[in-house]
Amino acid sequence: MTERAQQQSHPSTATYLIIAAILTIITLVEIGVFYVPALQRVLAPILLLLSGAKFILVVMFYMHLKQDHKLFAAIFTIPLLIAIGVAIALMALFGVFVR
Amino acid sequence: MSEAAVAHHTSTGLDSRKMAFWTFIGSECLLFGSLISTYLVYQGRSVSGPTTDILNIPLTSISTFVLLMSSLAMVLALAAVTRGDALWSRVWLATTALLGSGFLGFQAYEFTHFVHEGLTLQTSLFGSTFFVLTGFHGGHVFVGVLWLLTLLVRSFQRKLGPDKSLQVELAGLYWHFVDVVWIVIFTVVYLLRQ
Repeated sequence: MTERAQQQSHPSTATYLIIAAILTIITLVEIGVFYVPALQRVLAPILLLLSGAKFILVVMFYMHLKQDHKLFAAIFTIPLLIAIGVAIALMALFGVFVR
Repeated sequence: MSEAAVAHHTSTGLDSRKMAFWTFIGSECLLFGSLISTYLVYQGRSVSGPTTDILNIPLTSISTFVLLMSSLAMVLALAAVTRGDALWSRVWLATTALLGSGFLGFQAYEFTHFVHEGLTLQTSLFGSTFFVLTGFHGGHVFVGVLWLLTLLVRSFQRKLGPDKSLQVELAGLYWHFVDVVWIVIFTVVYLLRQ
């Protein structure tokens, strides 16, 4: 698909508004979960999951990686995975997971 | 020659500027990955000064919402430029810049408040890693606001038609990346504090 065709296949305004509404709802849920004492033990996985969902929505729909050429997705995803790997390795090395 | 025509001359059929910009964003992932890692590694190891209790969740939630809505305004600006709607492209570009400036205002207030509470870059490991991470992010937002204002001026000069939509798309990629970095920072620094 050419650049021009890709630009024309971008999501509609309605889709952008729906994504914004979902992002707002997820943010409200994140803040709500933060203040619930009963959920403090499972706070980290819940928040990481919600944050990951927001991240994916913005990247796929607002940055158009869902419609764009797969090469752009690869150029973004590979360094992102390296960064996540480095972060996990550093935290393991400095004993963050065993505190 | 239009921007779309230029793109056809590359061996991949993709615009080299867009390819280069995605590569830049990839490198930015590594930069912010290292800053976030450093914050997490040193979290809870400060021996003096204020700790994460100083963080104001309600205030930061509002600034997070402001930045999320700026991303919506940015995609609407790109859509308006692509369809050649000069009026709405100016409205949405100005809205994005305004919301970005609002976010910076929240950050300036937060930083000033923390300094008055005794948390500076030199106070503790928490102060150093917090200010460097959020400061770098704020610096990126500031650059984004300047870029948006430049596009707005180009639009008023009638030099931002549909043939120049790639310029807005690249600015949009940068702006959304700054947004996704904040999504991670808000969770890791503000909500998952020890």
